[in-house]
Amino acid sequence: MSVTTEKKNFTQELIASFDLSKFKQDSEQRKKALAAFQSLGLPEGKSEEYKFTPITKLLAKQFKAEELYTSPTPAVSDVSALIPKAFQENCVVFVNGVYNPALSQLAAGSKVVIKPFQEAMATHASVISEKLNEIKDNNDPFALLNAAMWQDGLFIHVPKNTSGEKPLFIYHLHDANASKVTSHTRLMVVVEQSAEFSIVERTDSLGKNTIFNTINEEILVDENASFSYCKIQNDSGDLIHVSNTTVHQKKSSRADTYTFSLDGKLIRNNLNIIIDGEGCESHFYGLYLTDGDTLVDNHTVVDHKQPNSFSNELYKGLMDGKSKGVFNGKIFVRPHAQKTNAFQSNRNILLSDDATINTKPQLEIWADDVKCSHGCTTGQLDDEALFYLQSRGIPKATAKAMLLYAFAGEVLEAIKDENLKQYIDSIVSERLHKSF
Amino acid sequence: MSKDNQVLEEFTSKEYEHGWTIDLESDSAPKGLNEDIIRFISAKKSEPEWLLEWRLKAYRHWTTMKEPKWPNVHYPEINFQDIIYYSAPKQKVVPKSLDEVDPELIATFKKLGISLTEQKRLTGIAVDAVIDSVSVATTFKEKLGELGIIFCSFSEAVREHPELVKKYLGSVVPPNDNYYAALNSAVFTDGSFCYIPKGVKCPMELSTYFRINAANTGQFERTLIVAEEASYVSYLEGCTAPMRDENQLHAAVVELYAMKSAEIKYSTVQNWYPGDKNGKGGIYNFVTKRGICAGDHSKISWTQVETGSSITWKYPSCILKGDYSSGEFYSVAVTNNYQQADTGTKMIHIGKHTRSRIVSKGISAGKSQNSYRGQVHILKRAENARNFSQCDSLLMGDQCGAHTFPYIDVENKSAHVEHEATTSKIGEDQIFYCQQRGIDEEAAVALIVNGYAKEVLKQLPMEFAVEAQKLLALTLEGSVG
Amino acid sequence: MLKIKNLHARVEEKAILNGINLEVKPGEVHAIMGPNGSGKSTLASVLAGREDFEVTQGEVEFLGKDLLDMNPEDRAREGIFLAFQYPVEIPGVSTVNFMKTALNKIREYRGQDTLDAVSFLTMMKEKIKLVEIDQSLLNRSLNEGFSGGEKKRNEIFQMAMLEPKLAILDETDSGLDIDALRIVANGVNKLRTKDNATIVVTHYQRLLDYIVPDYVHVLYKGKIVKSGTKELALELEEKGYDWIKDEMEVA
Repeated sequence: MSVTTEKKNFTQELIASFDLSKFKQDSEQRKKALAAFQSLGLPEGKSEEYKFTPITKLLAKQFKAEELYTSPTPAVSDVSALIPKAFQENCVVFVNGVYNPALSQLAAGSKVVIKPFQEAMATHASVISEKLNEIKDNNDPFALLNAAMWQDGLFIHVPKNTSGEKPLFIYHLHDANASKVTSHTRLMVVVEQSAEFSIVERTDSLGKNTIFNTINEEILVDENASFSYCKIQNDSGDLIHVSNTTVHQKKSSRADTYTFSLDGKLIRNNLNIIIDGEGCESHFYGLYLTDGDTLVDNHTVVDHKQPNSFSNELYKGLMDGKSKGVFNGKIFVRPHAQKTNAFQSNRNILLSDDATINTKPQLEIWADDVKCSHGCTTGQLDDEALFYLQSRGIPKATAKAMLLYAFAGEVLEAIKDENLKQYIDSIVSERLHKSF
Repeated sequence: MSKDNQVLEEFTSKEYEHGWTIDLESDSAPKGLNEDIIRFISAKKSEPEWLLEWRLKAYRHWTTMKEPKWPNVHYPEINFQDIIYYSAPKQKVVPKSLDEVDPELIATFKKLGISLTEQKRLTGIAVDAVIDSVSVATTFKEKLGELGIIFCSFSEAVREHPELVKKYLGSVVPPNDNYYAALNSAVFTDGSFCYIPKGVKCPMELSTYFRINAANTGQFERTLIVAEEASYVSYLEGCTAPMRDENQLHAAVVELYAMKSAEIKYSTVQNWYPGDKNGKGGIYNFVTKRGICAGDHSKISWTQVETGSSITWKYPSCILKGDYSSGEFYSVAVTNNYQQADTGTKMIHIGKHTRSRIVSKGISAGKSQNSYRGQVHILKRAENARNFSQCDSLLMGDQCGAHTFPYIDVENKSAHVEHEATTSKIGEDQIFYCQQRGIDEEAAVALIVNGYAKEVLKQLPMEFAVEAQKLLALTLEGSVG
Repeated sequence: MLKIKNLHARVEEKAILNGINLEVKPGEVHAIMGPNGSGKSTLASVLAGREDFEVTQGEVEFLGKDLLDMNPEDRAREGIFLAFQYPVEIPGVSTVNFMKTALNKIREYRGQDTLDAVSFLTMMKEKIKLVEIDQSLLNRSLNEGFSGGEKKRNEIFQMAMLEPKLAILDETDSGLDIDALRIVANGVNKLRTKDNATIVVTHYQRLLDYIVPDYVHVLYKGKIVKSGTKELALELEEKGYDWIKDEMEVA
């Protein structure tokens, strides 16, 4: 009983200490979000959506309520060593949740509008309000928290028929050398009709103090447009991270989403894909390679609201050490979404005695003329295969690395951009101690 | 409306076959639930003091609990004070043998296709017949007795074998396990008890047939099966109820206990009244079924064909405690019109080298909602555990829903867990192919549906399988597309 | 036996059959040939009663009855059998069970007693020999996991079981190697009597080496543009369908 009360108090404390009036912009939306957050509260142990992810407990242990939305001034002056060469020509850098123009470098001559969210609220007010209305409300408590408390963000507008643009690299760096850090960032992407664009996002951190970061991402992919989005989460620090990504797809659009989670303290990704037009195609891939006491929790939803669309999901995980993997994949096929094809696959390997996986693939279908399936497996490395490699003279450690790399390879293969594939391949290879 | 939909409609619109009632004079408790009612039930059954205390404890706990809201089913709040908790058909004398059972009761069961006269039965199935709150007859008792098998009503077991009842009652489903298990523990009235001694393979199928007859009554039976070391039993359960406009509550508890190398096979054909075409009436079937594989190498297998009830909430589960023990769950759940089903299983792997297999086939038609909910939990010490799950849904028409909620929790790296789920419909090309061979649409649908459910149906004992096949076709009559 | 008069049919808005005239008498074998998309398979489907096609004009009389007025199962019960180009898979339903259901439905329709399990099995064993099909295949789910050849053989087995008056073989040779082709054709030939008739729909002449037709009709753009004897098929094989096309364009 007492535990529940404490948690409730933490939500209440947070709300009581939070002063909405210091935010001049977006105040109506913030107020609405705060009220919704207040009625929902931070997720408790029994919350179905956070059943295996004790985030509130962790936050309450690491932070005072008022620390959940205050952030110290960063002291980072150079990130060039941290950003891969291939992406340095078109990158945006956030340090401790604040856009840093000095460290950012935007491609010259681009048709794509990329600017801080606050600024865009003035210059692109009508686009923002019109497109935001199309994007569904997110009822995740951290999405609401972010909507009420966001400090900075980015607005990206890709005009009609734009193509051949360089991918945008968004780098979120947290400097926790001096103290704990909190940041709440938002991102809005509008890819107009028949345009193509891609974004690579990476979170990183310095220092050992705890970081709490939420990101809300609202992405609209309009008719015939194509969008690719890749997230790389590889924070060596003590990061508690919640991302809420909503991809809203219109008629005949295509979206490819990749989520790579390799390190951090607790990572929760909510990916919501809304198929709101016929003839859409949506691919989403995830790879989580966890070790130590990392917890990676991927919750995905694909909501087929219109007929004749296709979605395909592949999430794979390797859990080592005392780490935990959580996967929840929901497929909804609404009553009118006939001729939907929706597939989902979740494969896991546990590498140590103390690693665990909790997975829940969930299908909810209200239309009869559809093809939907999900498959889910949990197992360990194939001993036969390991022995086979060893019998050919390959040392056990190398053989193991080869097999793990092969397991991850299926997700890597799905990346189309060669630069990006190489970049992620290097991160994954390093992580899996690949030496062949 | 397409032609397919028309056939679907016809196919699903057939009437419920067992909807009649018989005017049986009955002996009932007043409506409502309190400690006095529990004392009344206990006194009616001349129970020992310990059992009354057990019931009261369960009742007190129940009053502190809340009705579960997590199942994917919706219904108006149940008024637990508006239910009669005890109703027994009046028999002039307490029958000492089958010859003394009221002929009217025998006729009632005969109408349901259940013969209570031993010599007339060709196949070896022993039956315990339960009407409303009490067991009215048990067949083949003497023959089974020769092998040391105890098969009798629960009330009789309390009288004749109190030490066994006391030892195992609530050992698999504790009285405070969940809301409906607690309610059942407080007010259960009868049910079947079955004990198979060490090394004995029960030579015939044991079965209980449940019938709700009286109005406004709830049915709360309890079944307890204990299989001693290296024994075997196959147990069948069937149920029907009259058509009534109001909903009736059925909250049963089934406990299975399997010792070392024992095997229990439990089959259910559930055909409670599902309500009418507009969703009026029908049984709320809120049941807790669980078995424990307590000994090494033991096995429990659940097979269920769920066609009835307006709402079904039921998860026959296995606790795989013994090393090398195994659990199976085979299910066909059909919902039509406004029926709602939330059913599945839990396989809890505790012992080493434990195995489980889940095959669930859901069929939704009309405006019904059909959910599979299941958990496979591999605990940390369960080395080399294996699970395979297959959960398929078949949708007929575009106004129903099929939902799959599997929870897979693995805490041991040596586990192999595989889960697959698919959703499909009956193809127009399949129906045309059948038609071209002279099979009409309705028969084609019955054929295809039975084919779809075959993996489960083949688990049933022969006699039940035939009945189940007919029932599937009947439930879906009028619904194809 | 079968009289087709001025038959027109379309799928959605597209006209596929544009005035077919054809008469088939008992004991005859008719081959219908034609290039891809000429309407061969459509004709077979329309005769069997597939709903995807809408008959817009014309009539079809079968044994004195209006065929177009009947639903697919009654056509089958009257004696029309379609060997499918793509036999359908039905999981969980064995061929044995399928045939037993079908045969008894047809017998019921004809006012005959249904067969009990023993006489059914006796009959089945007899027919198995005709088509050289492995009995274990018949106990498996209908067509599920069957090879192309097994599926086609299963179609001929079903034909043997149901003893149709008019069998329509829709591209039965497609996807068959030479041995399977021979087995299938042998089955069909053994089933021929003076009272039943066969329509063979095919793209290639090679099947007609085994099932020798009395008449050959060439279908083009939904019409029979040429009829003849088996020599016509050989001529087609030699000159190709372009010959017909050219001739038609010139005309």
